[in-house]
Amino acid sequence: MRYVDEFRDRQKAQTLTAEIERLVSRIEVARHRPLHIMEVCGGHTHSIFRYGIEGMLPKEIELIHGPGCPVCVLPMGRIDDCIAIAERPEVIFTSFGDAMRVPGSNKSLLQAKADGADVRMVYSPMDALALAHKHPEREIVFFAIGFETTMPSTALTILQAERDGVPNFSVFCNHITIVPTIKAVLDSPDLHLDGFLGPGHVAMVIGTTPFEFVARYYRKPMVVAGFEPLDVLQSIWMVLKQIAEGRCEIENQYARIVPEAGNTPALRAVSRVYELREFFEWRGLGSIDHSGIRIRQAYARFDAERKFAIPNVRIADPKSCQCGEVLKGVIKPWQCKVFGTACTPEQPLGALMVSSEGACAAYFQYGGIRRDNAA
Amino acid sequence: MSVAAPARPRRLGRLNVPKVTLAHGGGGKAMKDLIDDVFVRAFDNPTLAPLEDQARFDLAELTARGDRLAFTTDGYVVDPLFFPGGDIGKLAVYGTVNDLAVGGAVPLYLSCAVIIEEGVPVDLLRQVAQSMAGAAREAGVEIVTGDTKVVDKGACDQLFITTAGIGVIRQGLELGATRAEPGDQVLVNGVLGDHGAAILCARGDLCLETPIESDCAPLHRLIEALLAAAPGTRFIRDATRGGVATVLNEIAQASQVAIEIDEARTPLREEVKGFCEILGLDPLYLANEGKIVAVVPAAQCAAALAAMRADPLGAEACAIGRIGPIAEGGEPGRVTMRTTLGGRRIVDMLVGEQLPRIC
Repeated sequence: MRYVDEFRDRQKAQTLTAEIERLVSRIEVARHRPLHIMEVCGGHTHSIFRYGIEGMLPKEIELIHGPGCPVCVLPMGRIDDCIAIAERPEVIFTSFGDAMRVPGSNKSLLQAKADGADVRMVYSPMDALALAHKHPEREIVFFAIGFETTMPSTALTILQAERDGVPNFSVFCNHITIVPTIKAVLDSPDLHLDGFLGPGHVAMVIGTTPFEFVARYYRKPMVVAGFEPLDVLQSIWMVLKQIAEGRCEIENQYARIVPEAGNTPALRAVSRVYELREFFEWRGLGSIDHSGIRIRQAYARFDAERKFAIPNVRIADPKSCQCGEVLKGVIKPWQCKVFGTACTPEQPLGALMVSSEGACAAYFQYGGIRRDNAA
Repeated sequence: MSVAAPARPRRLGRLNVPKVTLAHGGGGKAMKDLIDDVFVRAFDNPTLAPLEDQARFDLAELTARGDRLAFTTDGYVVDPLFFPGGDIGKLAVYGTVNDLAVGGAVPLYLSCAVIIEEGVPVDLLRQVAQSMAGAAREAGVEIVTGDTKVVDKGACDQLFITTAGIGVIRQGLELGATRAEPGDQVLVNGVLGDHGAAILCARGDLCLETPIESDCAPLHRLIEALLAAAPGTRFIRDATRGGVATVLNEIAQASQVAIEIDEARTPLREEVKGFCEILGLDPLYLANEGKIVAVVPAAQCAAALAAMRADPLGAEACAIGRIGPIAEGGEPGRVTMRTTLGGRRIVDMLVGEQLPRIC
């Protein structure tokens, strides 16, 4: 397939891995300890497992699977809030597919659906808005999740709903922002990272400039990376090249998609509709300042949090769950006390086991090949 | 083949209402009108004709064809009822025919039980019955007994069909999931995932327009040719729900072998590939309705492929992988894939349904 196969070429991959090995041999520190490179984005984690990229890298490189899977970092309390809304008889609750299996404190949306709630899977917030037109007698709520990648589409849908004068559509906003999260990871004392693969699709919206602090203040190299396997390999090579040459910069490997300044119309829609929250709760990482957004007062009638009485419960992560340490790369997924025993994709305890982008589910499903040697 | 008995008179041409009502399930004249005018009329054959509560078979005639009876059943609840490349009726016949055939049986007789939601148009039922009759003719099987039930609105989704099937396995044929051995080749008879992709598109909520059609087809003739050309064949399974990945995991676990498949040799239609790319789905888990996975000893692989390719339903047959020996990091019961990139990954069983990723 054009524009896909070119980015999965075996020979080019071999050339790149050979170059990566050559570079690693030039990096002094790699002789004493492994190099830790974090891919921030869950999409990268998925590619890495889907194509078996970890097994192609020299053993001196350890990939740390970061917090960039929006499904995985949803706290249990927010899922409970979703279910409280979904169980109202007048509501049709709409959600992206992979958010439906995330466990709340009692059940997931999928289980709530089995119990009689009207929960429907959609592929875009516009599908939810279409449902609102089709069912004027019902309240349609869209469960908005995701980083800056999915924010513009929710914002534009709200603006469209305003233009159409739709009274029965609202958004339960759980959008989160990546920059404070990367900061929180970098400030974590138990973490040692040598570089980052930057989130390509977030950068497509916000550009590369917001990541400058990573190089400037934290002195870490970052390469904004695409999602095809050759993108990932080339980006790893670019991070290593910076390390080998003693540089710390924000480089853009994904230039075919990511403009340096981002997407202006998308950003305009986002800032028109949303404002920052003081803080937002993350599963495994706790509360992070200014890491979430909410709908502005001007669009309050489209805000499910204002429209419905929401229990707004805060529920601590299960004690045995070590999602936070996995997210920060302090431990590997299989080193978690409950990995594969109390926590499996069938019965996920922690959110990292739910989405195929979660590090634990990815290891459980695709991994295992290199794990025995690495553990 | 069947025990001859006189045909009973039928109530034809008396079903003059546009929609099925609960009266058609009441056991009286209305029900008889529905059964005779829609189903018996379409399925018409001598074994069905006496309209007794059961079909009757001559055992001597069956034993002349083989030494074991194969018996299977399957329920069909596909949504939508009509989709590119097929419909629920065709699926209900071919699905059960294939379940018999993959065990090495020659499919002979089918039963057909339908559960109908009140309010379903009679014309829709006629269309489905005609489709089933056509599929049975094409597959060379007879629908010899059946049942209809009508349920309240909302108690089922338009129409559910259950078929059961009987076939005969000839002497000496032994196929089983536990029989795979290191060195065996894993074959498929063509491109994967067409049915699953066609159904997802036909539901219409993806707003994707594709030319993908279901691969729904009867495979017993292809399987017969395969078994004649490669009599050492260990195991055959149709890769329906859960796709090829699920079948491979069943073999790996049952035979306690490692299986490695090669992504580059996995046949996929460009449209299905694109469909999966857009939605974040893995084609290895998409359902097929006209594809088998066969495990064949390496020495008979070429003959097996040639036999399958001689059939239009196997024109694109190919080997996608092999059974162990256990490679580095591999383990018995595991399926791994050599990716197009040159890496390796595990191909596990699916937990629930495949859910599209959000970004």
